[in-house]
Amino acid sequence: MFDTLKSRIYQGKQFIKDIQNAPMRDQFRGFPILKEGAEVCDENICPTGALKTNPLTIDMGKCTFCGACERACNAIEFTNGYKLASTDREKLVVTPQSDYENYVKSAVEVKKEIVKTFGHSLKLRQVSAAGCNGCEMELNACSNVNFDMGRYGIDFVASPRHADGIVITGPISKNMAYALENCYHSVPDPKLVILCGACSISGGVFQNSTELNREFLEKYPIDLYIPGCPVHPLTFINGILSYIRK
Amino acid sequence: MLKIKNNSKVNLSDIPVLKIGELRDEIIKENKRPIGFFGKDWGEGRIRLFVILEDAPELLVSSAIFEADEKSYECITNEIPSFHIYEREFYEQFGIEPLHHPWLKPVRLNQDKYEFFEMKGEEVHQVAVGPIHAGVIEPGHFRFMCNGETVYHLEIMLGYQHRGVEDLMVKNPSNQLAESICGDSVIAYNTAYSQMMENLKNIQVSNKAQLIRKVCLEMERAAIHIGDLGAIAGDIAYLMGASVFGATRTLVINTMLEFCGSRFGRGMVTVGGVNYDLSDEKIERALKTFDKVEKDVERMTNTMLKNSTVMSRLEKTGTVSEERAKEAGLVGMAGRACGIDVDSRFDFPDKWNEELGIRKKAFKASGDVNSRFKLRYKEIRESFSIIRKCLAKLADYKNDPLITNGEDMAKDAFVVSIVEGWRGEIVHIAMTDNDGKLSRYKIKDPSFNNWYGLALAVRNNGVSDFPLCNKSHNLSYCGNDL
Ligand code: SF4
Ligand code: SF4
Repeated sequence: MFDTLKSRIYQGKQFIKDIQNAPMRDQFRGFPILKEGAEVCDENICPTGALKTNPLTIDMGKCTFCGACERACNAIEFTNGYKLASTDREKLVVTPQSDYENYVKSAVEVKKEIVKTFGHSLKLRQVSAAGCNGCEMELNACSNVNFDMGRYGIDFVASPRHADGIVITGPISKNMAYALENCYHSVPDPKLVILCGACSISGGVFQNSTELNREFLEKYPIDLYIPGCPVHPLTFINGILSYIRK
Repeated sequence: MLKIKNNSKVNLSDIPVLKIGELRDEIIKENKRPIGFFGKDWGEGRIRLFVILEDAPELLVSSAIFEADEKSYECITNEIPSFHIYEREFYEQFGIEPLHHPWLKPVRLNQDKYEFFEMKGEEVHQVAVGPIHAGVIEPGHFRFMCNGETVYHLEIMLGYQHRGVEDLMVKNPSNQLAESICGDSVIAYNTAYSQMMENLKNIQVSNKAQLIRKVCLEMERAAIHIGDLGAIAGDIAYLMGASVFGATRTLVINTMLEFCGSRFGRGMVTVGGVNYDLSDEKIERALKTFDKVEKDVERMTNTMLKNSTVMSRLEKTGTVSEERAKEAGLVGMAGRACGIDVDSRFDFPDKWNEELGIRKKAFKASGDVNSRFKLRYKEIRESFSIIRKCLAKLADYKNDPLITNGEDMAKDAFVVSIVEGWRGEIVHIAMTDNDGKLSRYKIKDPSFNNWYGLALAVRNNGVSDFPLCNKSHNLSYCGNDL
């Protein structure tokens, strides 16, 4: 009993108070900045085709944030900006004109009915579909004592019947296609579909695999894209908050 | 059989080619643990089967060719049971049937053809779980045959995470892909892949880079073990443990983020070395963090182990006997927890074990959840001891390069690279053709051997103890499914 209490006291307070303004270590590779001169980079260095040099862009929906281009080319720099979510697939494409502040302001289009329906509580069913378990580990971390996503009424639930939407990770294998669609139909309307990680948004490093079946993404509307490889818990929580809160 | 070393290259032409009957006899005569058993398309409808056996500190390699009209052979599993999963995989990938195999079921494909073992009897009922599980976890299907609360038999059907990694590796190998095969073992997988490439390209990685890799590998091990101690605590509703271990793990992975920009070590290891150096300042801060982590883990573990309600859940739950574990061919941490002495860090030692005085320590195994819990705690402490030794040694190699460049890839070569990830041995095997291009890439995750161990662990336990058995193993779906 006393040992338990002692352990508790040693731990102190662990939660991050202000998630929306939480500091991030400098080394984190988040929002990229493309400077003049980056056109000369070799785009073949990029494992996913996220980097294009003519015209110069980085597609955060494909990017694994591996930093290979940054290490090879001075004109590309990854900032520690972690608010990367967008409601619009196109907006994930970063150009030399993009800057982080504007991106954060404009990337997520807030809709009144979404805020009204899901703003106070959002229960999500996660579907893991052939990724690497990296995104899953970070989604689990969202609910730990540090990030404590539950304080905003956002939780992962066991049954799709209890959920307001699904979060997909992984590039969606043929073997998972049926279960994914089935799960989607089990979620009552109105519902959200959130793509989490490079794999689910674009196939990521697995995009050329012959074992995928990504038809689901063409059939159903996608509400939110959250880039990363894996998605950092702060990226995920802030992404959701920016969509369901005013 | 040809003797080779881990992490070295041989000419394909040096590997013996036998008739399958002869190869089978040799395998049975050697009676050693399989590390690889896989095919390669050998042209004109022929299939060449390669076999790698463990003969620590060396490996034994041999092969056999199946002509176009040879579509079966007498299975090995009935003589050496640990071949069971390898023979199933070989059958699935190349259609050559191991005759009289007792359990010839799909491994990753054709799930609709999967026939579950069924028990008959009025009292017997089935519980089907998955592929989508209750928590945020990877997909897989579990079929329990139960009598009341007691599980008689569990069958695990996988393959949902299959995304053709071996083919992708041949077509477009990259560090980023290697890191994404199994994202909870980023450093281990990426090191196995990089060592492979370094052998093919004739690269000698600098001492500094070797040590940094080692530090990160042990950090990965410690972080996952700490997280899993928390998950085990969570599964017995000991929330204090879940939160403390959870928060402590965060400290380790955030240190990893400081090292390389990713909490899971992505971007650190690259072919030829490592991408990021560790400055004195970073090392100092990391050491301070590790002091705290070690203390927190020790305090919390001891608190749990002294608590009788905790112990009553961990002890004698999910037991696998040493004999069964050997038969099934369990490896890594799951094997060690049953008393099998396998650890590729010591079975295939590199020079650092001797230089830094890293020694294997004994563990009193009991095969149950308690054993896996205590083993993880023991390995956490050992990892930090290795980390400290490596970090101290780094000072000797300040001027070493981070990355060393190499030549074109060797032609007609065969390389085996084994790295002990936190789950166990991660085996990468590559072959090149006569243009010096990859022609086959084979991966074996420890989970490939160990899933069957989980099925054994839940026998005669309550259904409600399944989560505990499962978490104490924490096996990989994506590493198995590839
Ligand atoms: S950081 Fe992104 S854009 Fe740059 S090389 Fe890696 S995946 Fe490509
Ligand atoms: S996006 Fe990256 S971390 Fe997430 S599942 Fe895919 S490979 Fe893994």
